Amino acid sequence: MIERYREDILTPASVITISLILLAVLALVTAISLALGTADISIKDIFNILMGNTVSDDPLRRIVFRIRLPRIILAGLVGFALSLGGVVFQAILRNPLADPFILGVSSGSAFGAVIAIALGFGFAVGVPVMSFIGALLTIYLVMMIGARNIGVESSTILLTGVIINAFFTAIIMFFISVSANDRLHTMLYWLYGDLSQARYSQLIIILPLVLLASVILYGFSRELNIITTGDENAAQLGVEVGMIKKVTLLIVSLVMGLVVAFSGLIGFVGLIVPHLARMAFRSDHRLLIPVASIGGAIFLIAADTLARTIVSPSELPVGVITAFIGAPFFIILLKKRGSQWT
Amino acid sequence: MNLKKIGYRYEKRWALKGIDLDLKEGEIVGILGPNGSGKSTLLKIMDNVLMPHEGEINIWSKPSHIFTRPAFAREVAMVAQENHFRFSFSALEVVLMGRFPHLKRLQFEGQTDIEIARDALRLTHALDLSGRSIHELSEGEKQRVFIARALAQEPKIILLDEPTSFLDLKFKKEIFRLISNLSKDKGLSVVLVSHDIDLAAHYCHRLIMLKNGTIYAAGAPDEVITASNIEYVYECPVLVDNHPLSGRPRINLV
Repeated sequence: MIERYREDILTPASVITISLILLAVLALVTAISLALGTADISIKDIFNILMGNTVSDDPLRRIVFRIRLPRIILAGLVGFALSLGGVVFQAILRNPLADPFILGVSSGSAFGAVIAIALGFGFAVGVPVMSFIGALLTIYLVMMIGARNIGVESSTILLTGVIINAFFTAIIMFFISVSANDRLHTMLYWLYGDLSQARYSQLIIILPLVLLASVILYGFSRELNIITTGDENAAQLGVEVGMIKKVTLLIVSLVMGLVVAFSGLIGFVGLIVPHLARMAFRSDHRLLIPVASIGGAIFLIAADTLARTIVSPSELPVGVITAFIGAPFFIILLKKRGSQWT
Repeated sequence: MNLKKIGYRYEKRWALKGIDLDLKEGEIVGILGPNGSGKSTLLKIMDNVLMPHEGEINIWSKPSHIFTRPAFAREVAMVAQENHFRFSFSALEVVLMGRFPHLKRLQFEGQTDIEIARDALRLTHALDLSGRSIHELSEGEKQRVFIARALAQEPKIILLDEPTSFLDLKFKKEIFRLISNLSKDKGLSVVLVSHDIDLAAHYCHRLIMLKNGTIYAAGAPDEVITASNIEYVYECPVLVDNHPLSGRPRINLV
């Protein structure tokens, strides 16, 4: 008998190699994105500026370091977090269409943020914390509705998301309409995803938290693999299903709260990127988590570069770009789902 | 594994009541009974997935609920009736999931684990499936992969819920022979739920017949498989004779 089997069992070496390649792509995309924009800067200038070969009051240097770099880093971190969140939701809900935005977690989180702003909380702590509470509340709702039986129908989860989205968006619009708060009036733009307000002071909060979350979630990657095969199944194989779900969802809501507070509602990243990662590699979360996360960073940096250059000198909210790509993508997935995922 | 006076209820209705069972090393016990008699519930209780409302279960004289999940999974493996894979994993990856309780957090499967997984696939005649996606396999092929996964767990006890339901005649026989050999050679204890009375009678050392959540009959196959027992429990009249070669009881519909 011919022994036909795949020799390439996942090893730490292959995970590290693939991750390093993607990080190199990320660096390249970052450099290109730094060069693109209303002010024309060549890649050679970028290189010189990054190497410190320019005077400190060089206007190009200021554009790169004050305006473009923080925005690119924020885009990268947000994309990284959204994609990571998508991977975890998809594993726990056993649904490849689960995405923080589609599930309504992002709008739940935005709801928390808007309440915080309406109540006059500060942007440094109050808004992210309320945003986190909003995300947690929504995840709880989704899980409660979705976890009735073990084989949750995709359509139930998606409908739940639609309803939650509609509800929270209505409340947000209500607050924006009745509030005399100037800050709220500028938030319409934020509702479609806005990375233009990036500040180093925010990045210092987001960067360590997102990285820490990804490290902890990576620690659960083998459990997540097994959880995708069903709760009972996972328990039988020795996975502490209840504990893992609680911990991972708590971490994801924390990250989603943070990301939404600083960047608004950016949809579909957590749907598109993990899906492409699964198509290119495999469903093993030990590889999927790094690939999808770094891929998410690359994707959102590219999307945001497009958002700020496509109608230059004006710009679009980045959520418009991701929705343009994501919505058709979602429909295609939904169409072909029957054969593979049910 | 020892079960004492196990009772389990869904809401108010008792699905199981007063179940006693003493599983010995290397023994194959078959659980028979009509649909809804509590067979699968009993298996889930033995697998520590459901907590009984009454009675106690001990494994090596230790109550089963004090085991951590991984520790329990090293003792007991389960082949469930249904498995849903939403995401694509290769058959080998699925079998390697059986190594989970043996590995530390973040530890990757090593050469030994891969050897164990491939041996398990070889035993269930599924080695040639190992590189294929679980989505491409037929129900019977999947069944063999899941049995291989349970073997890769290297448990002392295997619980099987309708292990041969999707298998054709040849693989039915192969799986039962495999179970038989494992119990003989490795002292593996097996509890299996089956609708196939003849096969169960042929390969099991002991049978337990459930009716409405209680044990109606228990003992050696020829004590349990009698025309009157079957007729009462399954509400279907049958003729019982003996297999011409093995002498085990055999049912014939009338």
